[in-house]
Amino acid sequence: MVAKKPSTKATPSNVSADELKAYYRDMLLIRRFEEKAGQLYGMGLIGGFCHLYIGQEAVVVGLEAAAEEGDKRITSYRDHGHMLACGMDPNGVMAELTGREGGYSKGKGGSMHMFSKEKHFYGGHGIVAAQVPLGAGLAFADKYKDNGRVTFTYFGDGAANQGQVYEAFNMAALWKLPCIFVIENNQYAMGTSQQRSTSSAEIYERGKAFGIPGEAVDGMDVLAVKAAGETAVKHCRSGEGPYILEIKTYRYRGHSMSDPAKYRTREEVQKMRDERDPIEAVRTLLLTGKHASEDDLKSIDKEIKAIVNKSADFAKESPEPHLDELWTDIYAEKIPQEA
Amino acid sequence: MATEILMPALSPTMEEGTLAKWLVKEGDTVASGDIMAEIETDKATMEFEAVDEGVIGKILIAEGTEGVKVNTAIAILLEEGEDASAMDSAKSAPDSAPAPAAKEETAAAAPAPAAQTQEAQAVVDTSPDWPEGTTLKQQTVREALRDGMAEEMRKDGDVFIMGEEVAEYQGAYKITQGMLDEFGSKRVIDTPITEHGFAGIAVGASFGGLKPILEFMTFNFAMQAIDHIINSAAKTLYMSGGQMGAPIVFRGPNGAAARVGAQHSQDYAAWYMQVPGLKVAMPYSASDYKGLMKTAIRDPNPVIFLENEILYGRSFDVPEIDDYTVPFGKARIWREGDDVTIVSFGIGMSYALEAADKLAEEGIMAEVIDLRTLRPMDTPAIIKSVKKTNRLVTVEEGWPQGSVGSYISSVVMQEAFDYLDAPVINCTGKDVPMPYAANLEKHALVTTAEVIEAVKKVTYK
Repeated sequence: MVAKKPSTKATPSNVSADELKAYYRDMLLIRRFEEKAGQLYGMGLIGGFCHLYIGQEAVVVGLEAAAEEGDKRITSYRDHGHMLACGMDPNGVMAELTGREGGYSKGKGGSMHMFSKEKHFYGGHGIVAAQVPLGAGLAFADKYKDNGRVTFTYFGDGAANQGQVYEAFNMAALWKLPCIFVIENNQYAMGTSQQRSTSSAEIYERGKAFGIPGEAVDGMDVLAVKAAGETAVKHCRSGEGPYILEIKTYRYRGHSMSDPAKYRTREEVQKMRDERDPIEAVRTLLLTGKHASEDDLKSIDKEIKAIVNKSADFAKESPEPHLDELWTDIYAEKIPQEA
Repeated sequence: MATEILMPALSPTMEEGTLAKWLVKEGDTVASGDIMAEIETDKATMEFEAVDEGVIGKILIAEGTEGVKVNTAIAILLEEGEDASAMDSAKSAPDSAPAPAAKEETAAAAPAPAAQTQEAQAVVDTSPDWPEGTTLKQQTVREALRDGMAEEMRKDGDVFIMGEEVAEYQGAYKITQGMLDEFGSKRVIDTPITEHGFAGIAVGASFGGLKPILEFMTFNFAMQAIDHIINSAAKTLYMSGGQMGAPIVFRGPNGAAARVGAQHSQDYAAWYMQVPGLKVAMPYSASDYKGLMKTAIRDPNPVIFLENEILYGRSFDVPEIDDYTVPFGKARIWREGDDVTIVSFGIGMSYALEAADKLAEEGIMAEVIDLRTLRPMDTPAIIKSVKKTNRLVTVEEGWPQGSVGSYISSVVMQEAFDYLDAPVINCTGKDVPMPYAANLEKHALVTTAEVIEAVKKVTYK
C-alpha cells in the first residue's frame, strides 16, 4: 500500500489552503525537530534510547486534524511526533530529551516517558503494547463520565503481536469503549519485518474476531489519514465502540539511534523518501494548486528552523534537575490529575 | 452395609457450614448424583449430591443447623434391602469425606478461629485504635472489607470495582456480596479472565480520573498483570514529573489458602514491598481490613492490598464509628511484653499471637507488633520495642530469601545494633514451592512451634 502513488482521495478540494499549510508546517516541525534530536544525540547531549519519528509525520498530524479539544492520546516510546502534533511545547520536549529541569518530566522521564496533563497526552510508554490497555482504560474513564471524548491509542506493528492488545480489543468491544486503536505499521518491529513476524498481511483485520471495524490507511498521505481519522472519531463518539486504523507508514531512520538498520536495503529507504515522502506530497499540492508560493513555504521553513533551534538552545541551557528532585514525585499527596 | 454420609468440605478452606435444607427425607431412595441437601458455606450455597445409591435410613442433622463441622455424620444411608437395625454398624463412607488425617492437617494449617479471636480481644483494650467506650461489633474480615469499600463507593462516584466474578457471582470469595445490587453494573464490573488486559484498563482509567478498586481473584494471577502494577501504575507519577499518577487499589487474597498447591499459594508481600511508588497493606484484623481499605481507596497512589483467604471468615471486634479509617505506616501493638519483640503482619499474626500466649504460660512475655502496612513501614515502632526487649523474632509466611523479615533485620542492625542481646531470627515459610500433600504443606508453612522455638533461642531459655 505504501508503495503506490498518492491516493486520489488526497485532492485538496475538501481541505482549505490554510489547513493544508498547517499540516505542512506541523509535519515539518516534527521532521526538523527529530533531525535536531538526532544531532544532539550524536553530540552526547541526549542519552539512552531515542526513537525518531522521521517518515511517519503524516500519521499524527492527520489524526490530530480529526481530534477535538479534550480528546486523549497515548503511545509508545516513539513519541516525539505525537507530543509536537498535539501542541506540546518543543522546548519542554527537547529539554526532556536532554534530561534537564525544563523538560516535561523535569528530566526524570526522558525520551520514552513524557506526559502532558494540559494537552491530554498520557505518555510515552516504554513497554511495547502496555499503552494499549492503558488507552482502553482512558476510554473507559471517558465512557464512565459520559463526556463524549475519544482516546487515540497508538501502537506499532510490533506491538500488535502482544497478547494484551487482544485482551484490550475484547474488553473495548464488549464495553463499547470510545477508543481508536491506531496501528502505526512502519513495517519493521525493530529489525524484524512484518513478513517475518506477523501471520496476517492486514493487521486491522484481526479486529474482525472481536467485531471491531477497521481499515487500512495510506499513512504517507496526510489527507487520507485525516479522512480515516474522521470516520473513526465519528464511530467512537456516537457510542458505537472502538475502531481500528492500520496506518501503513515507514520510518526512515533506524529503530533507535543505535540501530544500523542492516535488515533493509538503502535502496528501499531511498525509494520511499523519493516517491512517498508525506511532506513533499503536501508541498507539491500547495505549489501545484497555487495555494502557496515558494516564498510562502520558505518562510514556514524558516519559522520552523527558528523554533527547533530555540528548543535545542533551551534544552542545552536548561540546568540539570536539582539533586532534591531524586526524591520527589514518588508519592502524591493528592491526585495530580485533579489538581 | 449402612454408611454415614458426612458433612462435605466444599472449598479448600471450609471448616464448617450450615445444613440449609434437606431435599430428601428418611425412607427416600437415592441414586448417585441425586441432590440430597443444600449446604451453605461462608462463601456460597452448594448442592450436595449422593455418591452412592441406597435408602436414607436416618437424618442425623436437622436442616437449618449452623456450624456443622466438616466430616460430621449428617445422615445414614442404607443399602437396598437393609433395615434400620443396620444403622448401628454404620461406617463412614470413604468417598464422601476426606481421610481423617487430612482433616487434622487442614485444621492445623488454619488455627482455630475462636481461640485467636478471644486472644485478640484480650489485648485490644491495651492499645485500641478507637476511643474508650466505643461500641464494638463482631464482624468477619469479609464483611468489614466489603463495608469499607461500600462506604467509600457511597461517598465518591468515581470509585468503582472491577474483577473476575465480582458482580453477578457476588465475588469468588464473596467479598463483593450485595455490591452489584447497591451500586449497579456501571460500578461493579465483571471482567473476562484477562488479568494483564484488565489491569491495564484499570490503570488507564485511574490516569483518566477514576479511582478503581481492582480485585484479583488471587494475587497469584496478578503475576500476569505485574507489568501494569509496577511499570504503569507505580512509576508514572515519577516519570511524569508529578503531572499524573494512578489512584488505584489492587486487592485480593494473597499467600497460602489450604491445599491448593504451588501455583496458588504464594505470599507476595516482599515482592511488592520493594517497589517505590507503591503502598502495601497487609492487614490481620477485621477493623484493620476496613480502616485500611478506606484509607487505600482515598490514597492518591497505587496501593497493593494483600488479603488472606483463611482470615476472611474470622471474626474480630470492629468499632461502630462513622467513617472509621486506619492510617498507613502505623503499627499496632497487640500485646505488651519485656522479654522479646515479635513482629508480624497479615496471617502471620495468628502464629505470633498464639506463640505469645503459650510463651506467657511459661513466663516469657512477648511484645507483639502488627505492622499492618509494609510500605510505608513503621520501623520506629520496631526499633522502640527492640530497645526495650533487646530481642527480635519476625514471622511471615513468605519465603526466607529477600523476605520482609530480612529487611527488618537489616534496619534493626543499623539502628539498634547495640541493643540486641541475640541475633534476630526470621521465622518464614520454607524455601520450597508449596506442596500439595497435607503433611508437607503444614511443614512448608511457618508454625507456632517454630515461633516459640525462635523466641526461646533469642531469650536463651
